Amino acid sequence: MPILASSEKKILVVTASLIALFVFSILYAKDKYKSDVPACLPFDKSYQTPRINKLDDKTYQVFAVAQMWNFQPAEIYIPVGSEVDFFLTSKDVVHGFDISEKNVNMMAIYGGITKSTVKFDKPGVYNITCHEYCGSGHQNMQAQVIVNYPPIK
Amino acid sequence: MQISKSLRKVILWELGIPVALLIIGIYHGLMQTIFRAGVLHESAFAKLDYYQGLTLHGVINALVLTTFFAVAFGHATMAFFLKREPSKKMAWTSFTLMVTGTLLAAWAMLTGKASVLYTFYPPLKAHPFFYLGAALLIVGSWIPLFDWARLYTAWKKENPETKTPLAVLGTLVNFIIWFVCTLAVAYEVLVLLLPWSLGWKATVNVSLSRTLFWFFGHALVYFWLLPAYIMFYVMLPKLAGGKLYSDLAGRIALFLFLLFSVPVGVHHQFSEPNITGGVKFFQTLLTFGVSIPSFITAFTLAASLEYAGRQRGSKGLFGWIGKLPYLDPDNFLFAYFIAGLILFIFGGLTGIVNASYSLNSVVHNTAWLPGHFHMTVAGPVFLAIIGMSIYLYARLSGKKIFMPRIVTIVPYLWMIGVLIFSTGLMWGGLIGEPRRTNLGMTYLNPKSTLFHPEWVPTTTLALLGGIIMFIAGMLFIIAFFGTVLGKKTQTGQLELPESESYLEERRIPVFDSFRPWLVAMAVIILIAYIPAIANVLKYAGPKAPPYTIDNPTPVQTSVRK
Repeated sequence: MPILASSEKKILVVTASLIALFVFSILYAKDKYKSDVPACLPFDKSYQTPRINKLDDKTYQVFAVAQMWNFQPAEIYIPVGSEVDFFLTSKDVVHGFDISEKNVNMMAIYGGITKSTVKFDKPGVYNITCHEYCGSGHQNMQAQVIVNYPPIK
Repeated sequence: MQISKSLRKVILWELGIPVALLIIGIYHGLMQTIFRAGVLHESAFAKLDYYQGLTLHGVINALVLTTFFAVAFGHATMAFFLKREPSKKMAWTSFTLMVTGTLLAAWAMLTGKASVLYTFYPPLKAHPFFYLGAALLIVGSWIPLFDWARLYTAWKKENPETKTPLAVLGTLVNFIIWFVCTLAVAYEVLVLLLPWSLGWKATVNVSLSRTLFWFFGHALVYFWLLPAYIMFYVMLPKLAGGKLYSDLAGRIALFLFLLFSVPVGVHHQFSEPNITGGVKFFQTLLTFGVSIPSFITAFTLAASLEYAGRQRGSKGLFGWIGKLPYLDPDNFLFAYFIAGLILFIFGGLTGIVNASYSLNSVVHNTAWLPGHFHMTVAGPVFLAIIGMSIYLYARLSGKKIFMPRIVTIVPYLWMIGVLIFSTGLMWGGLIGEPRRTNLGMTYLNPKSTLFHPEWVPTTTLALLGGIIMFIAGMLFIIAFFGTVLGKKTQTGQLELPESESYLEERRIPVFDSFRPWLVAMAVIILIAYIPAIANVLKYAGPKAPPYTIDNPTPVQTSVRK
C-alpha cells in the first residue's frame, strides 16, 4: 500500500500551489508597488532629534520621535503629492506608529531606527496613532500629518 | 482505567484552579469591550485599571489556563495510552511550582504593580514577583516532560514494533516545543529582566529581549493548539461516529509542528527595527511552512467527519454535514470540538494574512490582531480546553455533569459571540482602530478632541460579541463548579475516547522516532535565529533604563550604566 492515499496527494498539491501563489503575490507586490516591511537602519544619536527636512518641493524627511505620551513633531505639514521618508525611534518605552489610510506601520523602540516611505496624493489630515501599549497615557498618543489642508487657494 | 488517588488529585486540581481564575480572566475580557466601546470614559472601573485588567486577561487566559491544562491533559494522555503512571513526586513538584508562580504573579498584577501586559515588553518595568512568578510557572511545567520521556522510553523498550499512540506522540512533541521555546523566555526573564527589575542592572537591550520573547511567543500558540489537535485527531472521529481518516497524517502534522513552530517568531516583529528584511522574509516562508500541518489537519478531519456522516446514513455530496451529533448532551465534547473548528477556519485564514510579510503593515497591532487570535486561541484552543476540562473532571471524580444541556449549547453560543466580536475588531482594525488601548477615554469619547466616530460601529459590534461570550463563559463556569460540587455517583475512572484509523497503515519507522526530527528542528532553528540574533546585536543602539507605567522619567537605580 502506498504511504499516501491519492486524495491526500491531491490535497498536498493544492496546499503547495496555494502557498506558492501567496509567496508569488508577496514578491510581486514588493516589486510592483514597492510594498516592503519597514527598513532597518543602524542606530545613530541624530535620529533622536525630531525634525522635518525638506529635500525638494515633493520630497520630505520626517525624523519622528515617540515618547510617553506624544509624538514629536506633533503636526507635520506637507503639500499634496509629497513623498515622505519617516524615520522613527523611541526616547523611552516601546510605542507604535500607524498612519491612517496608509500602510505605514512601525514600532518605535529605544535603541532602534526604522524607516518607511509613503506618498500623500490626496489632501487631508492623516492621524498617526500609537498602537502599542506604552503606559497610563497610551490612549492620548496621536499626531497628525496635514497634507495641504485646509486647501490653500 | 483506574489511576492512583495522587494522580487523580493532581489532575483535578490542575483542571480546577485555572477555571476558577477564568472568572477574573473572562470578567476583564468583557470589561475591555465595555471600555473600548466608549460606554465608560474612565481609566478604571471598580478600582481595576483598564491595562491592569488587560494584563490579567492575557496572563490568566493565555498563560495560566493553557499551561495548567496542558500539564493535566499530558498526565491524562500518558497514563491512559501508555498504561503507566507519571511519578507522584515529580507531578506534585511541578504542581507546587506552577501554583507558587501563579500566586506571585497574581499578587503583582492584582496590586497594580505589573500592568505591563502578558508580553511584558521592556523597558516598561513590572514588580520582580511578576517575572519570578512567570518563570516558576514555566519551570514547573517543564518537569513532567522529563518524567513522561522516561515512561515513553520504558514503553518503547517493551513495544519496539508498535506504533506510538498518537496522543502520546502529540503530548511529547508539544512539550518538546514548549521546552525549547521557553528556554529563550526563561533567559529573557531570569538573565535580562529580573536583575534589571530588582535594580541590580541599570539597562536592558530592548530589541534583544523582544526577539527572545518572540522566539517563545509564537511557539507558545502551538503549545496552546496541540492539545486541541490531539483531541481532534484522537477523539473527534470517534465522537462523530466514524474513524480517523489517516493516523499517519496526524503523525506527519505533529512532526512538522516540531520543525516549524519555533523558527517563525520574527513574523511578530515585521514592523520593528534592528532586524533586516531578509531575515523577516525568510521567516515568512517558514511561517507558510507551519501552515502545512494545519492544511493537512483540515483535510484529514473533514474526511473523518464525512466518513462519520456517511456511516450515519447521509446522502449526497454534503449531506454528511447535517448528520453529525451536534446537540447530544451525552456527547457534548463533539459540540466543543466542532464549534472550535468552525472558528479555526477563519482564525487560520486571517493568520496567513498576518504572516504575509508586507501585508502585515495593513493590520499590525490594530484591532484586527485580537480579532484574528480570538478565532484561534479563544476558538478551537479555548473550547477544547474547557470541554475537556469538564469532561475529564466529571469522569475522574465520578460525578455527573451539571446542566448537561446548557453545557452542550455553551460552545455554539461562544462561537456566535466570537464571530461577532472578531468581526467588529477586524473591521475596526482595517480602519485603523488600535489594539491594547483604552479607547473609551479618548478615541471613543465624544467629548475628547481625539474622538473617532468611525470606530463607533466596530467597537459596538465587539461589545455585543463580548457580552455573548461573557454569558457563554459564565454558564460554563457555573456548570463546571456545579459538577465539582455535585455528589459522586460512580467510581472515578480515567477514560478518553479513542478513534480507529480508516486507512490501514503500517508503522513507518521515521514517523515513529523522535531523533531525526529533533536534529532537523535544531538545524532549522539555528538557520532561522542565528541571523536574527546577529542582526539585533549588530544594529541595536543603547540599552534602556526601566520605566514605570505612569512616569516618562526613568526609574533611578543606584547602579551605573
